[in-house]
Amino acid sequence: MAIVKVKRPKLYWYEHLYLPAILKGLIITLKHAIASLRGKAQGGKELASSGLGVTMQYPEQKWDAQLPEYYRGVPALVTDEQKRERCVSCQLCEFICPPKAITIMPGEIQSEDPWAKVEKAPQKFDIDMIRCIYCGMCEEVCPEQAIFLRQDYAMTGVSRLEMVNDKDRLYEIGGIREGLVNKWNELK
Amino acid sequence: MDFFFIIASAVKIFGFTFLVILPLVAYSTYAERRVSAVLQDRVGPNRVGIPATLFGFKKDLKLFGLIQPLADGVKGLLKEDFTPAHVRKSFYWMAPAFTAAPAFVSLCVIPFGSAVTIFGYEIKMVIADIGVGPLFIFAIASLSVYGITLAGWASNSKYPFLGGVRSCAQMISYEIALGLSVIPVLLFFGKLNLSDIVTYQAANGWLLLPLWNENGTLIHEAYWQTSSQQWLLLLPMGISFFVFTTSIFAETNRMPFDLPECETELVGGYHTEYSSMKFALFFMGEYAAMIVGSALIVTIFLGGWSLGFGLDSALLQTSEGDWKWYAGLIHMGAFLAKTVAFIIFFIWVRWTVPRFRYDQLMKLGWVVFFELALFNIFLAALIIAAPHIGLLNTFLFGIPALVITALLMFFITKANEVRRKAKVT
Repeated sequence: MAIVKVKRPKLYWYEHLYLPAILKGLIITLKHAIASLRGKAQGGKELASSGLGVTMQYPEQKWDAQLPEYYRGVPALVTDEQKRERCVSCQLCEFICPPKAITIMPGEIQSEDPWAKVEKAPQKFDIDMIRCIYCGMCEEVCPEQAIFLRQDYAMTGVSRLEMVNDKDRLYEIGGIREGLVNKWNELK
Repeated sequence: MDFFFIIASAVKIFGFTFLVILPLVAYSTYAERRVSAVLQDRVGPNRVGIPATLFGFKKDLKLFGLIQPLADGVKGLLKEDFTPAHVRKSFYWMAPAFTAAPAFVSLCVIPFGSAVTIFGYEIKMVIADIGVGPLFIFAIASLSVYGITLAGWASNSKYPFLGGVRSCAQMISYEIALGLSVIPVLLFFGKLNLSDIVTYQAANGWLLLPLWNENGTLIHEAYWQTSSQQWLLLLPMGISFFVFTTSIFAETNRMPFDLPECETELVGGYHTEYSSMKFALFFMGEYAAMIVGSALIVTIFLGGWSLGFGLDSALLQTSEGDWKWYAGLIHMGAFLAKTVAFIIFFIWVRWTVPRFRYDQLMKLGWVVFFELALFNIFLAALIIAAPHIGLLNTFLFGIPALVITALLMFFITKANEVRRKAKVT
């Protein structure tokens, strides 16, 4: 490693007084204050500010429109355009989940069901949102494209039980997702 | 008369401390947060208002978050008042009071309005009209360091202890500059009674703005010819003002000098181990000290309660020179406005200037401000004495003496510099 000797900058006498620098700083903060009060803060428009500074004031304004596509929000189960629940309860997500937020009880698909050859579907599927760390590993590991991290982020509840998303709730959040690989369809 | 005096004093104490200063303390914490937010392009606390929805109304009243200090107070009272097991309990409990009390006590010599006549009695709008005003404030205000030092020591853990030691050292080094910087002012006024100082300024122009004379005219010909001394005095008074203001910053542990509680180095400084209302008391003490500091600066340098620019005599005085009945109220308003403006200046500086390093702080106190204030005394003395000792003596003795003092101060500063360099190599 080369040693770089940094020389202290030589200051003029008036710079040694520090007063001009302090004055400059005061003027800069004052400029910011005036711009902020006039609703013209630097970068306020790009950040969709509320008009005071660059801050967006949360419950009234929301960031939803600006959320990036890859945003990792609440994980949810999806159904495809054939109304089939895609989860086959292989439990890979349950095993990969670092905080062990997912609990799956596998169930069987009855033989009279048109999708009987899939054989398995979850009987119970719980995601404990108190434990979930939104890492997205469940989505990554899923071989069936059944679990996705949605863009919702405002999960609230007044008890621990309320924060556990059960299967119905997960499908409700996930909804129908189109354009997935339908590997259980008949070959044509 | 005596009975009336007691009643009037009680009313003044209650009115000034409980109805003006305590709310001002609360609202300066709010102002701190709002102004800092605006300076940094943020919003600040703007939510707490009247929760009208609780009483069946459709919308809450937000009031720009003006109820925030009340909420803070309620929170402070309701929080668990935790006393760690390892502290020295008696001092730990006394320290917050020691910090808060001196600031409130020193308020009593600040004149907050001109005299008001009620039922034929003239009431001076100052709680204690004593002849040692600034000295009293210095004496009492410097007691508040006991609170901080005791808090640091009694907490019995390292960061608070360091905070307490720092506060002690800082207070000592800035107290000297503070005391010395006010001497030119006292040389000029020749008295220590703050009410008299303000009355003089109301008639003859503020110390930093000597723009009008006793006739109330703003700039008038004869005035320019006779009072050149006043303009010359602006130089030492300006230095005084600068050193005094900076020392007040250090004295109140405000931002460029808030080393006793700097968060980045000492967690929370001396109040690390404190919680709930004890912690809030430290804060109240700090803000009260800030208010006293700004009130003192306003009183000494910026004309206290006077409106200035000759407006006092033009608008508020009768032809006999008495104050009109509403003059007292307007003067109180003017005093309050000036103090609030200065508090906002304090906040503005806090959120602009970064914190000093500890050795820089010490050097500034002992090497720069101490010398500057000392030199300033000689300068002011010479300017005040010049008309009395004559031109010849001024040039023969006065100016050489001044130059010698200046050189002396300069070499003391240099000597310090050389020793520092020697250590580095």
